[in-house]
Amino acid sequence: MSILLNKDTRIICQGFTGSQATMHCQQSLDYGSNLVGGVTPGKGGQMHLGLPVFNSVLEAMEETSAVASLIFVPAKFCKASIVEAAESGISLIVCITEGIPTLDMLEVKVRCDQLGVRLIGPNCPGIITPGESKMGIMPAQIHLPGKVGIVSRSGTLTYEAVKQTTDLGFGQSSCVGIGGDPIPGSSFIDILELFQEDNQTEAIVMVGEIGGTAEEAAALYIKNNITKPVVSYIAGVTAPSGKRMGHAGAIISGGKGTAEEKFAALLDAGVHTIKSPAEIGKGVAEATGWK
Amino acid sequence: MNLHEYQAKALFKEFNIPVTESHVVNSAKKAIESAKKLNGNKWVVKAQVHAGGRGKAGGVEVVDSYESIENFVNKWIGNNLVTFQTDDVGQPVNQILIESCSDIADELYLGAVIDRASQRLVVMASREGGMDIEEVASKSPEKIFQVAVDPIEGPKSSDAEELGNSLDLDIQQIDQFIDLYLGLVDLFISKDLALLEINPLAITSEGNLLCVDAKINVDSNALYRQEEILAMRDITQEDQREAQASKWDLSYVALDGNIGCMVNGAGLAMGTMDIIQIHGGSPANFLDVGGAADAKRVAEAFKIILSDSNVQSVLINIFGGIVRCDVIAEGIITAVEEVGVEIPVVVRLEGNNAELGSKLLTDSGLNIISAGSFEMAAELAVKSAE
Repeated sequence: MSILLNKDTRIICQGFTGSQATMHCQQSLDYGSNLVGGVTPGKGGQMHLGLPVFNSVLEAMEETSAVASLIFVPAKFCKASIVEAAESGISLIVCITEGIPTLDMLEVKVRCDQLGVRLIGPNCPGIITPGESKMGIMPAQIHLPGKVGIVSRSGTLTYEAVKQTTDLGFGQSSCVGIGGDPIPGSSFIDILELFQEDNQTEAIVMVGEIGGTAEEAAALYIKNNITKPVVSYIAGVTAPSGKRMGHAGAIISGGKGTAEEKFAALLDAGVHTIKSPAEIGKGVAEATGWK
Repeated sequence: MNLHEYQAKALFKEFNIPVTESHVVNSAKKAIESAKKLNGNKWVVKAQVHAGGRGKAGGVEVVDSYESIENFVNKWIGNNLVTFQTDDVGQPVNQILIESCSDIADELYLGAVIDRASQRLVVMASREGGMDIEEVASKSPEKIFQVAVDPIEGPKSSDAEELGNSLDLDIQQIDQFIDLYLGLVDLFISKDLALLEINPLAITSEGNLLCVDAKINVDSNALYRQEEILAMRDITQEDQREAQASKWDLSYVALDGNIGCMVNGAGLAMGTMDIIQIHGGSPANFLDVGGAADAKRVAEAFKIILSDSNVQSVLINIFGGIVRCDVIAEGIITAVEEVGVEIPVVVRLEGNNAELGSKLLTDSGLNIISAGSFEMAAELAVKSAE
């Protein structure tokens, strides 16, 4: 078992013929992902990476029976691309693109929720189920099929967690980068719920960051719903509070969002917290007793 | 991206949000001419900087003579204003806003921001406006009223009316408040704002609502579709190294330490700062080279890090996912050759093409310390900065 993605998941790529998409789709194909085609408006009928290109998501779905879409289109077109995928009936969307305006995401999130579509990202490395399939930009070779579920707001810190759990031989069930934007398609809680239900996942690593209150909300959820060991690192404990203007940010967060508060909430939820990003793997060993 | 008060108030005017008549000036002569045009015998003069807390720092004054206007303008133009929201150097004052002075009976607070928790644009208001609003928010949160705007349906008059009632406004003020609320949300959405704040929102002695101050922060991701706003950017208010970095799509924040950092990804960049401090060191900066770094951008990043004279060693920590380590290595080599580096450079490459990247660095014959692990990289960087 795994969450969200396995070797049979039929995937298309929106923005398929762009340079980044081309590079990462080739890597996904090499890894064994079941990529069945792509969408680039105006280039329908062509072939790319040996796969058919379509003008629209609907057309691609009719021809390939795809259920998942990996999005690489430029930020200014992302709102339209995500909504197109969601309205066409795609059930899993992974958006890699960074720099999407926040107001676009507010609307996209509501539309995806209304249609019951799972959106991962934007501004994220994507999802991988090691040994089966990857939808994203992560370096595949650092992964190992195994028993740790990893969820993270940061791309490169996800890789850190992966490498450390691979080096210790634990491996990963699935890894999900939810992205660092203010309005992510999926939250920590959405992914924690899936890991709790997944038989292959025996322990969970959650990598957070300062800012926002997603980690505090996740801590409360873990306290009430998660029975598997959870290990957590929060990046930015030592970051100074930045220059700022006005008070609205502080008022809306009610003084929450500092690393101390996040660590306190996680400790209260029984989470094994670690202070150094180089000790994520070690933390998993301590929390589980695995050798 | 932040706007000045005078720019924010010009936008307010465009969206029919009530502000007093004002002029922005850069000399005492022009300030006095403006005061004559504004009539009256009492004016407010305000130093224009990208920071709050101006009043307590002497950057805002009520004046009642041309002489006082002249003194204020001469005092501030060309100098820096230091407030509790700036660093020790402060922000340069290049413009002064002069406006007619209104009689204020009461001061409210009105703000709008994207709330990550509810995933909505939220408008907040309080009867307790003025300088201590954050204290009110933490000690008496029940005095802050909030309304969320539905992303599909947009702002509703009924929400504004409810908020106005919570603020104990009278019937005439509620009508004004509804217009103000609708204008404010319209402005927020059509200009892609990230934050809008009116503190204080005054009730004048005649009982009318008036925006006395205005703070606006714009979503940087949306600037591609906001030409009018982009033209308002004032780079004199930005840290020069940060501004230089942003030209190359690099995210840089200057800090107080002596270990320069170049990292890909904001999370790992913060993680690198954490591990440096765990090992007893102190980072000189946060620098995220981003996911699409090429040799040129890495070279620019290097130059920016080295322009800080406090830097005693550099730690480069790259975990290649979307970015290839051999590309980073080429950038490092280009930069070291171009700039000339006399301090130790510790490099840790991991992920995509890491071996190729390390080989390029080794073969370059440059003085680069290669670290086999994250932990070791931090240890070496701290040691070489001592």
